Amino acid sequence: MVHGEAWTIKEFFTYPNEYIYWTIQIVMYPFMTGLVAGAFVLSSLYHVFGVKQLKDIARFSLVFSFALLPVAMMPLMLHLQQPQRGIEVMMTPHFTSAIAAFGIVFSTYGMIVAAELWFVYRQHFVQTVQELKAKTSRTAWESFLVPLYSILIMGAWDISEHALEKDEKAVKILAGLGIPVACFLHGYAGFIFGSVKANALWMTPLMPVIFICSAVVSGIALCIVTYVASMELRKLIFAWRRKLNPDLPTTAELKSVELHVVTMTVKYLIMFLILAITLELLDLIFRGYTAVKSWDILRSVIYEKDFTKIFILQYTCGNLIPFILLLMPRLTVRRAVLGTMMVLLGVFMMRWNVVIGGQAFSSSFAGFMDYRLPIWPHDMETFKEGLFGALMVAVTPFVLFYFISRILPVFGQKGGH
Amino acid sequence: MNRREFLKRSIVVVAGMALPTAALELIDPKKLLAAKPELRWVFLVDTYKCVGCGFCVKACKIENEVPYDANVTRTWVERYVITRDRKTHIDTPKGALNGFTSRKIDIGEGHTEDIKDEDIEQSFFVPKLCNQCENPPCVQVCPVGATYQTADGVVLVDRKWCIGCGYCIMGCPYGVRFFHPVYHVAEKCNFCYHRITKGMKTACVDACPFSARRIGNLRDLNDPVTKVIMTERVAILKEEYGTKPQVYYLGLSKEVR
Repeated sequence: MVHGEAWTIKEFFTYPNEYIYWTIQIVMYPFMTGLVAGAFVLSSLYHVFGVKQLKDIARFSLVFSFALLPVAMMPLMLHLQQPQRGIEVMMTPHFTSAIAAFGIVFSTYGMIVAAELWFVYRQHFVQTVQELKAKTSRTAWESFLVPLYSILIMGAWDISEHALEKDEKAVKILAGLGIPVACFLHGYAGFIFGSVKANALWMTPLMPVIFICSAVVSGIALCIVTYVASMELRKLIFAWRRKLNPDLPTTAELKSVELHVVTMTVKYLIMFLILAITLELLDLIFRGYTAVKSWDILRSVIYEKDFTKIFILQYTCGNLIPFILLLMPRLTVRRAVLGTMMVLLGVFMMRWNVVIGGQAFSSSFAGFMDYRLPIWPHDMETFKEGLFGALMVAVTPFVLFYFISRILPVFGQKGGH
Repeated sequence: MNRREFLKRSIVVVAGMALPTAALELIDPKKLLAAKPELRWVFLVDTYKCVGCGFCVKACKIENEVPYDANVTRTWVERYVITRDRKTHIDTPKGALNGFTSRKIDIGEGHTEDIKDEDIEQSFFVPKLCNQCENPPCVQVCPVGATYQTADGVVLVDRKWCIGCGYCIMGCPYGVRFFHPVYHVAEKCNFCYHRITKGMKTACVDACPFSARRIGNLRDLNDPVTKVIMTERVAILKEEYGTKPQVYYLGLSKEVR
């Protein structure tokens, strides 16, 4: 079986070699990098622009962005036909290709996030180590943390007022530096598509900008959902543990979801959402108005073949309804979560409609191709580029976040920045 | 060692290192390849002569070891049927591997469309292959440089270096690229580079019973293929992409995609 044949349905005239070569994993790739970039921008709003209301979520989204980072690379590796050679993109980059920039942008960004995390958590590391060292008996986990933190501190034990001030300054600089790099990381993912002249749907200079805006939207949305979910989960876990150990704080004493944090974050989400929709509609209107050679086939893809995916799932369920939900007065946490989850669906569908939609028509402009997502895998290929491969990619950041947040706690931190 | 001596020795070391570097410049592979600047492979397709027998497709698959029954091919033949209602019907069943054995038009997924003889205004065949573009988008987008253009104009793929990202497949407006079902790397027509560099013709040219396919050297003005390209009215495919294709067509119609 030829690669792509398992899930491609061809209709009318397509060139013999045409298949849906870029599948669900390539949908996941911009979606995941979008979440990375968006989460980082959200944390920077606090660190750089001093939006105080975002303080609680800033630390959280920074750690989450870090957990998402390795996952942005996962779909690419799963999609490559020769994954063992994937490293060559970093080792022998061919710079006329947009993909070749990946290694540089990605590692720069990774270093910035890691450095920023270090400055944010240094005080916590030092304090924890000092506290634990003073303790006479330590649990196994605590004895593990002491050497780990001591290594991570890298000799910078000074937590005087002056040193912490310097840390704060460094965080601000790194966060400021990170915003353009995060935008570049994602804008370039848009460039990968926007620069393919052979693809009539992809080729538009607006693509990188559209990608950045929707990236920020999805990143903020996921941070809100995860923030609320982990706060609630924490409460549940504590309530369950309290049954065994009544000395633990009650659920009422625990910090719960702060509505003002959610409301504030939602405001930023709506701002970027408006920007993203404006650009997307501009692109659509422009294509219809100029109606160049490819418009006939694009029109039948956009208004007929993919109508449900584009106008119902993406624009209505993913943009319009959450827009109303989030803008209606007296926003509640529950409504915000529902709205942001629909926004996430909208952004995912946007990625889908770009990546799969761009391959829904033949470059002969005389035929169509349909992607049938492989559900139940019958070989490695249909696993990797099917539903379960995508789910694996979607679940990994949460697993990573769980482990990273054991070492870099994001909740209940007093002080710090 | 005093400073004077240190500087002296440094100069010797730098000079000594510069010499082999200069030697590298002398054996620059690009310059070596350009030793034969009088060569630029071109292809000429005479659509008036093509009957759609598919011998070229068969020969290509066997010569280049693309699995015979796999639904991918380095070259193929398209059939165009233009009816009275000015509709264009196009098909290429299995890339015309077995020629066009049915009068029915293949519209995909096992469905066919019947066209009555009296409705047909015009009908012709168009062979397709890699255009070996002067400005190849596939070479531009390869993230590792696994696909490259030789000095004589042919675009090749390094099977040992290709990571299989598929960006080149996406970048080609002509749909000539695909993943090789055995090697799992990008694959395309290379004008039978292993043959043409040894003075032979491509497999498809040799297999064509009607000389609808010909290969030549654009730099040689006495080459019969070049003469046709220079003196007759030839066309290229999808000029609007700026790829500068080097496969020229005689009798290309506006319906051809």
